[in-house]
This record gives sequence, structure tokens and C-alpha cells, in this order.
Amino acid sequence: MSNKYRKMSCEEFQAQLAEMIGSGENVSENEHIRSCELCRALLADLQTIADAARDLFPVEEPPEKLWEKIETAIKSESTNGTKGSSQHAPHPPKVNL
Amino acid sequence: MPESPVPTQLKSQESNNTRDGASASPSRGKAHAPFTSAATPDPSDAMVLARAQAGDHHAFAILYSLHKRRIYSLCLRMVGNIAEAEDLTQEAFLQLHRKIGTFRGDSAFSTWLHRLAINVVLMQLRKKGLSLISLDEAMEPAPEEGPGRSFGAPDLTLAGAIDRLALERAVADLPAGYRLIFILHDVEGFEHNEIAAMLDCSIGNSKSQLHKARLKLREALRSNAQQEARS
Repeated sequence: MSNKYRKMSCEEFQAQLAEMIGSGENVSENEHIRSCELCRALLADLQTIADAARDLFPVEEPPEKLWEKIETAIKSESTNGTKGSSQHAPHPPKVNL
Repeated sequence: MPESPVPTQLKSQESNNTRDGASASPSRGKAHAPFTSAATPDPSDAMVLARAQAGDHHAFAILYSLHKRRIYSLCLRMVGNIAEAEDLTQEAFLQLHRKIGTFRGDSAFSTWLHRLAINVVLMQLRKKGLSLISLDEAMEPAPEEGPGRSFGAPDLTLAGAIDRLALERAVADLPAGYRLIFILHDVEGFEHNEIAAMLDCSIGNSKSQLHKARLKLREALRSNAQQEARS
């Protein structure tokens, strides 16, 4: 971390890190990161978190009763005059999924 | 009524999904979920959509069946609460029922619906008080935070491996503003310019909040790892 050739301090580097990452810059090529073990570890962790995020929160099945509630709400809107501009039949037939 | 805006890069074929096999996702093509693109629609899907747009309730039910998991999961991860996610899913499909006639096919239907659902969730979050003020507040580092807080001995790094459940818990514990940006960018795959447009904030704001969200997650995971090491 105490490379004499390093241009930025860790504080300076980390203050710019959000913009560097967000703009798609290849941060691993940055002069500071190549000479600073701690900032390199920080960057690796942030990358690990971003990569792991893609596998978070697997797709879930909504409860079956939800469709019934939606159908009821659609019927209600159709009967009472909708909030929106639905052009659908006033009383949609019940559909079992 | 004009068609709802869609992420600009969402028009590519979304066929690389590995998670639910059906749906749409934003930008980068990072691709959580695939769907039929506007350019190459599945004929049967297109027919169902056309029938639903014409008022065929059975076709609408099929659309619900096709998209329910993706939309419900989106709502659930954005609000982190099952009951709220159900309500938001219901509202999203009601909105769909009202607006389906305005879909013109400029983008994949799933993309359009995905964005519609996000707007429903954002509207709800704003009603609950997640305003730009709170987003800006979330950007302000607490006194004990700051760049120096990210320092740590290399042996405390995450070492390239993260327990998924631990990370999900850490995400759930994030302040709402941080969680929203993290979910939209890192989980859903939206770009900063898209998030900025959705949340009516600056692109720099979005980048900064995402970075701080990741820093918070790192601290939470490191803390978690330290506790496990002690016990």
C-alpha cells in the first residue's frame, strides 16, 4: 500500500470510485489500485457483491388466490366504471388458472 | 394514452434467462429473464396478446399466468414484504388491464409490463414516503462513514465467495433508497441513466447510491463473517 509511485491516496481513490465504476472505467488498471492491496481487496469485494446480485432472489410463485382477487377487482372496475380506460367486457367470465 | 417508456436497450431478444424462463429485464442484457422481443415475437404469444388487447378475458388470464412469477418476484424483491408484494402485483395487473390497449409493440411486451410494474412499485414507495429527499439523505454519509471506513485487513475480505442468503438478508436490511438502487441496477440490470429517469434523480446520484449500497453490503457481510468466525 505504500508504493511511492502511487498518485492518489486511498481516500482520494475511494472518493472517486463510485464514478469510476459507474462510468464503466476499468478500475483494475488504475495506478492506485495496482499498488494498493487494501483498495484492491475493496474493489474485489464490490465486484463479488455485484456478481452475486445476479443470482439473488430467485423467482417466486405468487399465491393462487391472487388471480381471484385480480379478477374480482377487474369485475368491480368494470361494473363501477373504471379508473382507467379499459375497453373490456363489463363482466369478464371467471377463468380458472 | 401514450405507451409507457421502456429501457432503451431492452429491445434485444431476452432469451438468455436462467431464472424463470419467462420474462423481461432491462438494459445490459445481463439477462435475468427472457421474453419475446418486439422484433421476433412468438406467434402464439402475439396472438394471446392481441386477443387480450381486444378484451378477451381468457387471453388476459393467460398473460397473467405467463408473467405472474416475474412480476410478483420483482415486487417482492423491491419491497421485501410478501403482503405488499401481493398487493403490488395485483395493482400491476390491474394497471395492465386498464392500459393493455395502449401497448403498441415498440418493445417486448414483457419489457413494457416490467416497466409498468416498476412504476407501480415506485408510486407505492413514494406514497410511503420514499421521496427524493430520502434518496438524497441516503446519499449523505453518516459521520462514521466515508472512504476510510472501507479499509480493512485483506484477510477480512469476502474472498470471492458470498453466501446468497446472507447477502439477501443484508440487502433486505439496507435503507430503502439504497436497496431500491441496488435492486434496480445490480439485480434487475437497469443502467444508471434509466434509473435516474425512473427515480427523477441525477445519474451521479444513482452511481453514488449504488456504490454506497455495495459498501454497506460489504460491511454487513464482513461483520457477519466475523461473527461466524468467533462462534
